[in-house]
Formats: sequence, structure tokens, C-alpha cells
Amino acid sequence: MSFGTFLLRRLIGIVGVLIGVSIITFAISHLATTDPAIAALGDHATDEQLAQFRAEYGLDKSAPEQYLIYAQNLLQGNLGVSIRTRRPVVQDLLQYFPATLELAMAALLIALLIGIPAGIWSAVYRNRLPDHLVRIFALVGGSLPIFWLGLIAVDVFYNEWSLLPAGGRLDDFLPPPQNLTGMYVVDSLLTGNLKTLENSLWHLILPALVLGYFSTSVIARMMRSSMLETLPQDYLRTARAKGLTEFAVIIKHGFRNALIPTLTIIGITFGSLLAGAVLTETVFSWPGLGLYATASAISLDFPAVMGVTLLAALVYMFGNLVVDIAYGFLDPRIRHPS
Amino acid sequence: MAQAISPDLDATLTPASHPRKRRRLPAPLRSPLTMAGLGIITVFVILALLAPLLAPYEPQQQKLAQRLKPPTTEHFLGTDQLGRDMWSRLLWGARISLTIGLVVVLSAGIFGTTLGLISGYAGGIVDEALMRLTDIFFSFPALILAMAIAGALGPNLVNTMIAIAVVTWPVYARLARAQVLSLREREFIQAAIAIGVPTPRVLWRHLLPNSLAPLLVQASFDMGAAILAAAGLSFIGFGAQPPTPEWGVMISEGRKYVGTQPWLSLFPALAILMTVAAFNLIGDGLRDALDPRLRSEL
Repeated sequence: MSFGTFLLRRLIGIVGVLIGVSIITFAISHLATTDPAIAALGDHATDEQLAQFRAEYGLDKSAPEQYLIYAQNLLQGNLGVSIRTRRPVVQDLLQYFPATLELAMAALLIALLIGIPAGIWSAVYRNRLPDHLVRIFALVGGSLPIFWLGLIAVDVFYNEWSLLPAGGRLDDFLPPPQNLTGMYVVDSLLTGNLKTLENSLWHLILPALVLGYFSTSVIARMMRSSMLETLPQDYLRTARAKGLTEFAVIIKHGFRNALIPTLTIIGITFGSLLAGAVLTETVFSWPGLGLYATASAISLDFPAVMGVTLLAALVYMFGNLVVDIAYGFLDPRIRHPS
Repeated sequence: MAQAISPDLDATLTPASHPRKRRRLPAPLRSPLTMAGLGIITVFVILALLAPLLAPYEPQQQKLAQRLKPPTTEHFLGTDQLGRDMWSRLLWGARISLTIGLVVVLSAGIFGTTLGLISGYAGGIVDEALMRLTDIFFSFPALILAMAIAGALGPNLVNTMIAIAVVTWPVYARLARAQVLSLREREFIQAAIAIGVPTPRVLWRHLLPNSLAPLLVQASFDMGAAILAAAGLSFIGFGAQPPTPEWGVMISEGRKYVGTQPWLSLFPALAILMTVAAFNLIGDGLRDALDPRLRSEL
């Protein structure tokens, strides 16, 4: 199968899954036992007000009709209007998504920078102290409630030591940088706004560390496991016999081959980071997609919840697609299947 | 001489003559880490079962005069902001958390495995349709979907379990299907089909028992994951509601006191950490025992 055919098949698959995701989310929204009109206007709303609200949001039509209208609008890039914010959902997503993307990417970067070396270190020193330390670190990371870790981190680094800010993306007195990508670190870097860059980085560290801990543990475990399978291979013995240093043997020959299975996990991890952001954003008052989704679900704002779900599913699938493409670059056997 | 060798040979060939050896657990399950996991879960199960006997106070009994007391002999783990005994709440919380894990894993496991068995056995369009369905559920952001379900149905414990089970089942479908695909062409299955064994019986009596190993490993990991997800949902208000002594609710209630009365959130967090870590250790041990190729994992 050529690369073009592979890509086309995957993109068609993504469209199919997105249709399925939209149908299921839509069905869930119709399970609601509370009337969204009453949830939005309150118990004291008159029948007339409720009827007007239902007509405005199409809630007075049958469920299949509502879905068809939703699907038609979706094809035109229109995700409807949020019941809570009264703004187009697309506009809300464009505002909140960059904040979550920035947080998730920072967390992933931390997870890669710590998880990969930790996994290699652990495998190289198998059943010795470094291995035990990494395994305990990974076990705790995979089992700890990250929202509690976030609370402790805020208490220690903000309340006790006054080292890092407690929440938000910037200090109140600082205006956001010029909006290019919506990611403050990137925007302030691109516009050369060093003060905002420093401040946004300062705000990003703690939530990214907390969010990244779980992914770090997953990546470290996977890297350790892959390295343990790679280290006894003959080609590493040959590399040593050629007189290469142990560092070169492990990094140049071992690491590169062990990275391929780890890549799969990285793709899946990125999806879980978006979901994990819900909890982290709540603790750190990070104005991203997670906080938006929480507030929307509480107020039964289903156009908004559907928008978040579709976007998160899209990101997850593209994350996996990017990983699949990256396989080809890392493994010549996949690039040239013959 | 032949007579002298014969009993030895017989003893070697008759496994029943070594009952002690046969009863021993496989080596990976006897590893200290797996044993630690099993030990922790056993303790938690006993504590949960005996909660009505072991808890010195009712979990929702308020004594405002005793509020925010640090651990003492009277209140083993201190009291919370309403003067409720933390140890009693933690014990009752163990019941809730373990029930959540069990119900989620059983319901998601049974549903997913059934679909996976049917999908793998039937093949063709049924397989294609069911696998596309799992693709859809896999691409859902688990916590956001669970939030949407809990939001739509109303935040409570039962709906939390439904929400988590909905995002958990696809993995069982995939695992069961993969097992069936590898077993379908084996002689014993082909023989069963050839002698006219009805399809449900082939699935239930022959395919399912031979597919259980990876499903059990997954179930162990998912017990921990379900407890963690339920605590997360409760923390943001979509799961169990106060005054239920669920561990996530307890952490949420203790968040205002992290700096001053840290035990309010520390003890439920430690309980979650220990339980989830124990299930993960058991999962690792089971996987190593059932699939020696993966023995190098943590």
C-alpha cells in the first residue's frame, strides 16, 4: 500500500469515526433527565420563555430532525451555539483549546524528557537501585490521583514556598500577548514579548508537571520494557564488538529500535492528556477546554459538550495518525515493506 | 533394575504424585511485588467487608465540637470539617471504591467480551460493524464522555459506574476478538463445529475459557483505573455526592484544608494510591504469569 493510499484510508476512517462520535454524543445528550431549557433559564421561567428557548435551540423538534440539522451545520463548520455562553461553540473552542493544547504539549514534553531517559536508565541498570527507583516512581505515577497531587503542589509551591503561581495562565496585571496561536508561550515568543514569556512559562510549569506525571510513568514503563527486549539483541553485541562506547551502543542502536513501541504509547498518551486536563485545569483554574467542558456538562450545555467531544476525538485520532506516519520514518521495514 | 526405575518414572509422569508442586502459584505471581499487591487488596477487602463492625462511628455522624481534630486515640485518623470520623469514612469509602471497580469491570468485561467473541467468531460485516463501534468508543476522551453521561443522567454513584463502564468495554471487545481470531482455526474448535456443537456453546464452553488470560490481566488494571476515574469524577462534582464517604468526594471536601489540616485529603489519597497500585501490581504479576513474552515489563 502506498503512503498516499494509507493516508487516504486513514482520513476516511477518521471521518467515519467522527460521525459515530457525533451520533453517540447526541444520543447521550438526549438521555438527560433534566430539560436543558429549565437548566438554562431556571425553575421560574414561564412556559412562553421555555418554548421560545426550545425553538431558538431547535429543542422542540424530534431527535432525528435535531441530529440532521446538527450534522448539516457540522459540515459547514458550525457546531451550534452554546446554551451557557450564548456564543458560537466554534468561537468558544477557538478560545479555550489553545490553552489546553499548550498545557498538554508542555506535559508531553516533560513526560518525554523524563520518561524516556528514566526508562533507558532503568533497563540498563535492571534489578539494581536505579531500576527500583524508576519502577517505584512509575508505579506511584500510574496510581496517584493527579488532582490531589495538584492540590499538594499548589500548597507547597505557592502557599508555603511562594515559588510558583497557584493558577491561571498569566498574572492579573499582565495583558495576554498578541493572539497568533492562542498559546501564550508561543505567542509571546513570536512577538518577542519576554516579560509575558517568562510569566506564562512560570504559570505553565506546575500544571504541566502534575499533568505530565501520569504520562511520564507510562512512557518510562514502556521504554524500560522495550529497552529490555532490545538490549540482548545480537546487533548490540556486534556494535560493542566493533568497539563502540557503551553510550553509543545504547543510544544509537538500542534506543532508536526501542523507541518504536514507545511511539504507540505516546500517541495514546496525548489523548489521555486532553482528558486528564479536565482534572488539572480544575485544580489550577487553567482556562482551557477541561474547565469549559466541566462547566458545560454541569449546565447541560450539550452543543458545547458535543463540540468538546468531537474536537478531543479529532485530536486523539490525528495524534495516532502522526504516530503511524512517524513509524515509517523510524523503521525502514515499515517504509519499504518489500 | 527396570523394576527400580519404574516407580520413579511413574512418579515423574503422574503429576498427582506431586500435589505440593502442582498447587504452587506460577513464579511471577509469587514475586514480592505481586504478593504485596494481593496482600494490600486482601486487607482492603476485609476492611471493606467488616466496615460496619470496624468503624467506631457512623460515617456521616457529625460532631461539630470535634471538627478538624488531628489524629488522636479517639479519632484514629482525625476528624473532618464537620467532625466526622475520618477512619470510619475511609472504611466505608473502601466499600464504595471496591464496589465501583468490581461493578465496572464485571459489566464492561461481560459486555465487551460478549461482543468481541461474537465479532471474532462471526467475521464479515458483523465483525466490521462491531470493530468500527469500538473504534468510535476508543477515540472518545474517556473522562469527558463519562462527564457527559454523568451530566445527562445526573451525578450519582450508579451513573458514575455506568459512565465508566461505557468507556471501558471496548478494550475487552478488542482483546476477546483477537483471542477468537487466533483460536478459531485451531483443531479443537474446528472439531467442535464439525460435530455440530451449537454456536453459543462453542463460544461459551470452548472459546471463552481459552480467551480468558488477557482479559483477566486487563480486568486487574481496570479495577484500579475505574477507582481512579470514579474518584476524579467525584472530585469535579460528577460522581458520588457529599455526604457519601467516597474517596474522591473526601479529597474534594478536604481541598480547602490542604495547608492546615492535610489529613483530610491525605488519607483518602493514600487509600486510592495503595488500592490502585495494588491492582496494577497484581495485573503485572498476572500478565507475567500468563504471557511470559512480556515478563520484562514493570
